[in-house]
Amino acid sequence: MKGKAIAIPYTIWMAIFVVAPLVLVVIYAFTTADGAFTLENFSHMGDYTTVFVKSFLLALIATAICLLIGYPFAYIITKQSEVFKQVAMLLIMLPMWMNFLLRTYAWMSILENNGLLNRLLSFIGLPTISIINTDAAVVLGMVYNFLPFMVLPIYSVIDKIDKSVIEAAQDLGANSGMVFRKVIFPLSLPGVLSGITMVFVPSVSTFIISKLLGGGSSLMLGDLIEMQFLGNAYNPHLGSAISLVMMVIVIICMAVMNRFGDGESEAVLL
Amino acid sequence: MKKVSCIVLAAAMLLAVLSGCSSDSGEKRVVNVYNWGEYIDMDVLDMFEDQTGIEVNYKTFENNEAMYAVLKSGGANYDVVIPSDYMISRMIDEDMLQPINFENVPNYDLLDESYLGLEFDPDNTYSVPYTWGTVGLIYNTTMVGEEITSWKSLFDEKYAGQILMFDNSRDAFGIALKILGYSFNTTDESQINEAYDLLEQQKPLVQAYVMDQIFDKMCGGEAAIAPYYAGDYLTMVAENPDLAYCAPVEGANIFVDSMCIPKSAENKDEAEEFINFMCSTEVALMNSEFTGYGTPSADAYAQLDEESRNNTVLYPTDDVISNCESFLNLPEEILKLYNDLWVKLKS
Amino acid sequence: MKKSGILSKIFIGLVFLFLYAPIAVLIVFSFNASKSRTVWAGFTLDWYVELFSDSAVMEAFGTTILVSVLAAIIATVLGTVTAVGLNQMGKRSRNFLLGVNNIPVMNSEIITGVSLMLLFLTIGNVLRTRLGFGTLLLSHITFDTPYVILSVMPKLRQMDKNMFEAAQDLGATKIQSFFKVVLPQIRSGVVNGMLIAFTLSLDDFVISYFTSGTDVQTLSMLIYSMTRKRISPKINALSTILFVAVLALLVIVNVRQFRQEKAQAKKEAALDPDIPDIEPEEI
Repeated sequence: MKGKAIAIPYTIWMAIFVVAPLVLVVIYAFTTADGAFTLENFSHMGDYTTVFVKSFLLALIATAICLLIGYPFAYIITKQSEVFKQVAMLLIMLPMWMNFLLRTYAWMSILENNGLLNRLLSFIGLPTISIINTDAAVVLGMVYNFLPFMVLPIYSVIDKIDKSVIEAAQDLGANSGMVFRKVIFPLSLPGVLSGITMVFVPSVSTFIISKLLGGGSSLMLGDLIEMQFLGNAYNPHLGSAISLVMMVIVIICMAVMNRFGDGESEAVLL
Repeated sequence: MKKVSCIVLAAAMLLAVLSGCSSDSGEKRVVNVYNWGEYIDMDVLDMFEDQTGIEVNYKTFENNEAMYAVLKSGGANYDVVIPSDYMISRMIDEDMLQPINFENVPNYDLLDESYLGLEFDPDNTYSVPYTWGTVGLIYNTTMVGEEITSWKSLFDEKYAGQILMFDNSRDAFGIALKILGYSFNTTDESQINEAYDLLEQQKPLVQAYVMDQIFDKMCGGEAAIAPYYAGDYLTMVAENPDLAYCAPVEGANIFVDSMCIPKSAENKDEAEEFINFMCSTEVALMNSEFTGYGTPSADAYAQLDEESRNNTVLYPTDDVISNCESFLNLPEEILKLYNDLWVKLKS
Repeated sequence: MKKSGILSKIFIGLVFLFLYAPIAVLIVFSFNASKSRTVWAGFTLDWYVELFSDSAVMEAFGTTILVSVLAAIIATVLGTVTAVGLNQMGKRSRNFLLGVNNIPVMNSEIITGVSLMLLFLTIGNVLRTRLGFGTLLLSHITFDTPYVILSVMPKLRQMDKNMFEAAQDLGATKIQSFFKVVLPQIRSGVVNGMLIAFTLSLDDFVISYFTSGTDVQTLSMLIYSMTRKRISPKINALSTILFVAVLALLVIVNVRQFRQEKAQAKKEAALDPDIPDIEPEEI
């Protein structure tokens, strides 16, 4: 009974800085600038359907690619020596220490029509590609920025799988494919789910990647929300309403996904 | 008992941090300035700090609308902002600016009268002109084989994928309206919708909707043609000699960016001192030479070197200027229409 | 078997190439004699020299470090203490609080940023405070602390609950038993949490963008305002210095830690052959 009171300060903290702000978003979403109740902010939500669809689609593609790259990557690393594992994990984390805007900006230098990649391609006599300012470039930016968030949880889950379980399966006659399908993959699911969440959520709401790499011609949800608060079209009430709708859709997605994951609700982090 | 002391502790902690928000650094005089990007000779700020001992807190915005949002949200406390004409009249309408005490701005008298008493602030109660300029077309002669004369080139399929377009509703719609032969400031919704249709047709041809990145992208030969501010053209052509400029035949936007003091400003005296400093001939000349934009200071203009003064890109002929139009503030429902159509175009 | 080994090595290599290509570009172009982002015009160290005389960059760098360090330390203390408290709670209230704790982790940054901005503006209207370093720091603590808790909780659960009480039965005060008994056992979780918190703060742009107001500007925000026109190679130079410093630090720390772990494992193996770290067939 004694020690639990020390959790109180943070409980108060959360009430003020986590719960209250979200309540404010809800209040803003249902009011006008004069403070009167309104549903008008939601009535025009249909106008933004294309933005919603596009954001979720691009985020989904980015998440799928992250999973396709991140899972085998994490799996291969768990099979290496201790030293290799540690170095590899460091190398995954290290880019995060360099400002993400700067790294995304560097991608612009690489992908531009007269960028480094095209210079290289034409130098070795290959046809150049035009990828900057397309959706593909936005997806690339997302995959680049969020891939570590897919790799880390999957790695930490697979790495913790008890070796004796795998050996037991092998002793019982399972080949390596079966061991993976029947033992490793099911046990790694919590990591996969956590990774999907940690890639999907920031992807769906990014506003800077689309601005730098997408050429501003395909507005994403993050751009739309930013526009309402500090950008071109000042209207925090509409911005709150869009945020709220986005939040609800994301929560529903997560809930559905977690149901697939056998109710494993706890996030596996880093 | 324990619980109570914990709550007290937590509350104390919160207060301690929160009080940090309001701590004004007592004696030190500061002025918070909010300006467009790359729109000042940074040495000027050091000079001001050295001369007056007032610390300049300098930040930049991307366009008028973004600046408006930041001020409107209430999160900012800038003492000097430098918006364009139409935005100033909107801010005056919405009671966001405070009158300037011209006793503290004696250098105001140094300004050329032709930039004073303009439509957006007829008595210059709220604003002191900082720069003026026009918008035109910049194109890369290695990628464009003809001489460009019209905004229509931005809509030409020949240049598909090579076109950059302004990333804000007012400027983008303005170009389309001019092609259709309408005014920038039309309040006729059918004309605005026509302009929208034109912009929608243009969208597949556009490489990117950008603002200041036009500078970098045109210099790097990333795109063939883009609208941009005439003042920057000279800086750009110095870096990339293939660039050419034209003042479109349909007429372009002429703007005056002026220094204003927002209602929320806490350092009005320092703000006025800063504005006064910016109007002095020496400083106006430095800024004009650095930014390439026109200066409203008569003496500074006279002291500019011959070449700049005779440069018709910077200081266009009267014919070109009379063909230009400035943006005026629009009624709220038209602004909303602009916003809605803009989001629709970009999504 | 051999072939798939080579294939997987190539795959790993390609992923790292992908992760490090832009970083290599940044580092190389910090030595470029021209301002161009794509054309090499010769080697220079000018940007490194200019960097230190650019007050805006140095100030933003200072703010970034200050806010990241402060937020990481406060979040670590707050998070660790809270985790200890949560660990002693009933399952239901603990799960509820952990659920709330997860909100900033699971929510998109932009919503956290926007909602905090609304909060600070609302409070600001009442208390006549405004956005600034204080609100920036509060925001950073708010999104850092959940990660500390998530990193410390598992370590606490692994710990034998009775040890804390045993220490007190043996006459230690609560504070003594925390520092002497609990802390050593959860240390790796605490350190890990602090590192995550610091990294997140250092790299954050979105939340700072919405909550820092007029007075202060972090490096991310300065870079953002530069991306609109053109990023000065000075920023590349600063990032290169940071990158190399962090790389060096991490290498030193990890080499030491790895050696210690090895020595520890050997010692423990010698003392107690039953500890679970050892592979079963080795016994």
